Amino acid sequence: MTPHQKFYYLMAGVAGLLTLASLIGFILGKRARSDSSRAVVDNLNSRIRAWWMMIAVFAVAFLLGKDATLLLFAFTSFFALREFITLTPTRRGDHLPLSLSFFVLIPVQYLLIGDNWYGVFAIFIPVYAFLLLPAFAALAGDTEQFLERTAKIQWAVMVTVYCVSHAPALLLLDIPGYQGQNALLIFYLLLVVQLSDVLQYVCGKLFGKTKIAPVVSPSKTVEGFVGGGLGATLVGGAMWWITPFSPWQSLGLSFIIVLMGFLGGLALSAVKRSLGAKDWGSMIEGHGGMLDRIDSVAFAAPIFFHLTRYFFSA
Amino acid sequence: MMRPSSGLLVGLMRLLVGAYPRWLGCDPGPAQRIYFANHTSHIDTLAIWSALPPQLRATTRPVAAKDYWDKGLLRRYIANQGLHVVLIERAKEGRQGDPLQPLADALEQGESLIIFPEGTRGTAALPAAFKSGLYHLAQRFPAVELVPVYLENLHRSMPKGTIMPVPLICTVRFGTPVARIDGESKEAFLVRARDAVVAQA
Repeated sequence: MTPHQKFYYLMAGVAGLLTLASLIGFILGKRARSDSSRAVVDNLNSRIRAWWMMIAVFAVAFLLGKDATLLLFAFTSFFALREFITLTPTRRGDHLPLSLSFFVLIPVQYLLIGDNWYGVFAIFIPVYAFLLLPAFAALAGDTEQFLERTAKIQWAVMVTVYCVSHAPALLLLDIPGYQGQNALLIFYLLLVVQLSDVLQYVCGKLFGKTKIAPVVSPSKTVEGFVGGGLGATLVGGAMWWITPFSPWQSLGLSFIIVLMGFLGGLALSAVKRSLGAKDWGSMIEGHGGMLDRIDSVAFAAPIFFHLTRYFFSA
Repeated sequence: MMRPSSGLLVGLMRLLVGAYPRWLGCDPGPAQRIYFANHTSHIDTLAIWSALPPQLRATTRPVAAKDYWDKGLLRRYIANQGLHVVLIERAKEGRQGDPLQPLADALEQGESLIIFPEGTRGTAALPAAFKSGLYHLAQRFPAVELVPVYLENLHRSMPKGTIMPVPLICTVRFGTPVARIDGESKEAFLVRARDAVVAQA
């Protein structure tokens, strides 16, 4: 099979799943009687509608090629950083480092991927931005809570730009016998992460009893995590044919993606709550903000990228 | 019909600062109105204008200082072609007649206005004391609704002295129209109007 054929099979599979989900949502909507079950079903249906939209955008970017994919992720970072900074208390003195983060760091980070320049891609934000952003902030002469402000901006940029950019950075890897198919690895990563989120949500709603961290994330339950995580790991394992991995390797990597995605959701939920919010934004109907949807991707992408790079690339 | 240049401006505002409308105290209806808001950045006018639905944009004119918006090709183009602004003279010296006359003319033609009663940009989240222009307009045009508007986060996005906005999600909150009270003093009215803006914060 050519990569494009694989892609069309995958899209048909995803569209089939979403059609099934839409049907179930429709039937549940007919059945819901009480106000609370109505609210849950309405939220479910807007989530499913948003999924159709997200899949459509991703499919178009994939078909248009590398530049479009990078542009899509650059905008994803842009919107996620915008949500993060909106909730973070900043001061007048942060204006320059914030402007640089949006209008220099994001374009440069993604251009480095476009340019296949792995060496700088890997250190640009953790080294150069880490050192220069606080230096520029210091120029403004405001020392009020300087360390806290610096740390918050650095954290925002690391999560929303650096970590997220590792998903399209999979295009950088030179994997013997897999040339020209790397975009499928992005699809694989996103599929496992997002399916894991969805199945954890569904299993949590159906069987959830034991809360894992009630203060941080009231919807995360042991039952949801085990059921959803197991399901997504198995599906990921079964997708080995679109990857350079063997079935067992694919199972193992899927498990790590699921685990990191779960930890990302948990950690960013704690950050979000420490900033006093329940959702990062309201950009994606039913889901909350952009960052509510990609928190797990931000944690899973760098680990998946480096494991694949270390064990599979030339 | 929305002109492409207007569409571009609105799109740019959505991308940079969101400028999402929240109609908390009134609906985006066709009533003739004076929208009055807190003022912290050069893009406040654009933010409110972008938050209005397209059909209201056609009949709503921002009031803007001549000394800022009449300078340079781009600004003048945005002011005249995009926003269709009413320009007023801010400086006391060199102005002739009633400075509010251009506003009154626009109101007499049935158009709505966007004004910033502080007269200049502030640096804080909450507005400074209001100048009296709003009071005089409210007296001369008793049928026009006075809608308080609070611009959230724009003082963080593009504070005084900066030329580039930091992208943030800013909301434009429209409150309940301020009623006129018979015999109320100018000072009491201006305090009440300012409180109505603060109440949306």
